[in-house]
Amino acid sequence: MSWLMVAIIVAATTLGDYLQTVSMKRHGEIRDFRPGALGRAGAALGRNWMILGSIFLMAVSFFAFLTLLSIADLSFAVPATALIAVTETMVSRWFLNERVNWKRWVGAGLVTCGVALLSL
Amino acid sequence: MRERLRLKTWVFVAIVVLANVLGNFFMSWGVRRHSTLVGGSAVEYLRVMADPRVAFGISLLIVWLLSRMAMLSWADLSYVAPVTAIGYVLNALMGRAFLGERVSGARWAGTLLIVAGVALVGSTSIRTTVPEAGPE
Repeated sequence: MSWLMVAIIVAATTLGDYLQTVSMKRHGEIRDFRPGALGRAGAALGRNWMILGSIFLMAVSFFAFLTLLSIADLSFAVPATALIAVTETMVSRWFLNERVNWKRWVGAGLVTCGVALLSL
Repeated sequence: MRERLRLKTWVFVAIVVLANVLGNFFMSWGVRRHSTLVGGSAVEYLRVMADPRVAFGISLLIVWLLSRMAMLSWADLSYVAPVTAIGYVLNALMGRAFLGERVSGARWAGTLLIVAGVALVGSTSIRTTVPEAGPE
């Protein structure tokens, strides 16, 4: 059950961030931070199914994490879900076509190991 | 131009990390004042969410979500995800400072690894893909 929750959290967060990245890149760089411009950007993004899908997936991840915390120790939950740094780097490389050099791979690995140690 | 983007990115990294760390802190502070939520009804969840600390925590997490989305409009996901992980370190430091938690040698080692990982990813280009649309 615990590993099922970890799988749901990692998959939902990674897919949610993938959808969010694709839709925000299509929207274009946000440069105007005045309230009116932000409101217009928010209205446009609020009609985007990928943004809505990503928010739904984040909610799935949030409630799966709460469930995981109710059946497993925090010292298991936090490092297990830190795998997200690695899965998102893989998605960035293979599905978002980002140039992931050795620094990013090693950096994501160090962050994952660091989070694992932090929760001991 | 590149310096402007880097400055904007680091300002947003600070907003994303602080909103996340403080949001989680206020959420857990507020939730701990109530009885356990596991198996609770929807009314119990709503009652807990009406707690001012929890409501403030949720507001900060909304700021976290929106500022992270804004960042993804110009920065790579493989840059944003590891760099904002510095929040794990701040969470541990806040636990030590405000909740009196002990920070073991393993935790300090974990902190160093995260800082090294963030520094390594932070030294790479913020964006490696071509923007698909014009600026908003």
